[in-house]
Amino acid sequence: MSHWIAACDVDDIEQEDVLRFDHAGRTYAIYRAPDDQFYATAGTCTHEKVHLADGLVMDHIIECPKHNGRFDYRSGKALGAPVCVNLQTYPVKLEGGRVWIALADA
Amino acid sequence: MNHPAPIIIVGAGHAGGRAALALREQGYAGRLLLIGDESHLPYERPALSKQLLLDSQPADACHIGSAEQYQTQAIERLAGVRVAAIQPQARRIRLHDGRELDYHRLLLATGGRARHASLPGADLAGVQLLRTLDDAAALRPRLHTGQRLLVVGGGFIGLEVAASARQLGCAVTVLEAGDRLAARALPPLISEKLLALHRARGVEVRLGCQIAAFRGDGSVSAVALADGELLACDTVLVGIGIQPNTELAAAAGLAVGNGIRVDARLRTSDAHIYAVGDACEFPCPVSGQPQRLETWRNAEEQGRHVARTLLGADDAYAALPWFWSDQFDHSLQLAGQLQAAANCVTRALPDDGVLLFYLDTAERLQGACGWGAGNSIARDIKLAEMLIRSGKALSAAALADPACSLKSLLKGVTSV
Repeated sequence: MSHWIAACDVDDIEQEDVLRFDHAGRTYAIYRAPDDQFYATAGTCTHEKVHLADGLVMDHIIECPKHNGRFDYRSGKALGAPVCVNLQTYPVKLEGGRVWIALADA
Repeated sequence: MNHPAPIIIVGAGHAGGRAALALREQGYAGRLLLIGDESHLPYERPALSKQLLLDSQPADACHIGSAEQYQTQAIERLAGVRVAAIQPQARRIRLHDGRELDYHRLLLATGGRARHASLPGADLAGVQLLRTLDDAAALRPRLHTGQRLLVVGGGFIGLEVAASARQLGCAVTVLEAGDRLAARALPPLISEKLLALHRARGVEVRLGCQIAAFRGDGSVSAVALADGELLACDTVLVGIGIQPNTELAAAAGLAVGNGIRVDARLRTSDAHIYAVGDACEFPCPVSGQPQRLETWRNAEEQGRHVARTLLGADDAYAALPWFWSDQFDHSLQLAGQLQAAANCVTRALPDDGVLLFYLDTAERLQGACGWGAGNSIARDIKLAEMLIRSGKALSAAALADPACSLKSLLKGVTSV
């Protein structure tokens, strides 16, 4: 089972950008794609524990602020060395002007 | 590409390990040997001066690939093995134990070794270097509350260790011979920011400081300065750069300058031998001048590039230089070239951060350097890299304006 958590307001993120969201001791990255779709992934790079929200979003790619790790944030897919472990992704919905992400129940 | 003789990689550090894995990724199915004098798997070095000392990351998180990966991909690792000689005519190497191995192609990824201070007392216990995982493991237990650490050298290794040691409760003094910190790599403004941060966090930094000797009875207890002053300490970290491991190449008659000389394809003066990483001196893609880089990206990218070259690709190595350094809760990043620029534009950022842009006479970006809290400047430096590669003429006023997004400059939305 999972539950929905409000991560931020829709207007908190610009198009083609990313925002860090911390909740219950974990960190997540919320993305607003150029086509205005929203996505959510785990908040740190799978290579080293660096916050992805400090990285650069270009189209549907997030690039880690250190090294050259790149992921497709829609699927979480790692796009080649030095990252080879995919990012966890989370379902997203928009409701009441807010961005909600579905987290697994503890 | 299935030849009876293997590709042999000498040096199992970052560049060597990456090259081995990349060769398999790119489909090389022949024999592949990876020879290194350390017992460890290939590993990345940035964490040695930070996460490993601060216990925020285990040593095996630095590894490039796993033991299983090397095994399943039939990469034959000879660990703890030194190469004694190369015989280019016979395409053969000799190991220290006398074994001889033929190669089809040889890749030298021999890296460098930490330079030791050639001063009296340098062999005292407690005078430490930091280059390897074993060095980090030996340094770590010496850094705790109440311990006095003297750092010789105000470059990146020295400063990063100083920051880590300070966070671990040590009393830390940095002794730098020059008149500013990290002067070889950084613009003066960033050196000033580094100095201010270290001093604000309680690191004593002495510039223009000449050391005469290390003193102690068996283990180091003080550093004597040239003016006679004695500074008491429990541990000394010598961070005065590395010496590239070029001896093997030189003895084999390969061209060697300030590193093993290679062409833009990373090939040495022998057509069957290539070199990558900290040990190699390659032509700068911009100026053509020989350069040697000691950075994570250089090891990573040259390792990957040479794998393609060994399998028949013919493109020149043209990656942009890039590095970072983390100190306390701040970081700096530098991309491209700063030396040849005609004009420097400064963009002030919140919380004492700054971006410096280096333009040529046609107002094209050549290099950029950023400093700020956390990883706050990372995305702007990434965008600066893209702007450098774009070759676009840029407006100095736009670059200086914190309200002007670099992404808009890249996409041409903002008129110049």
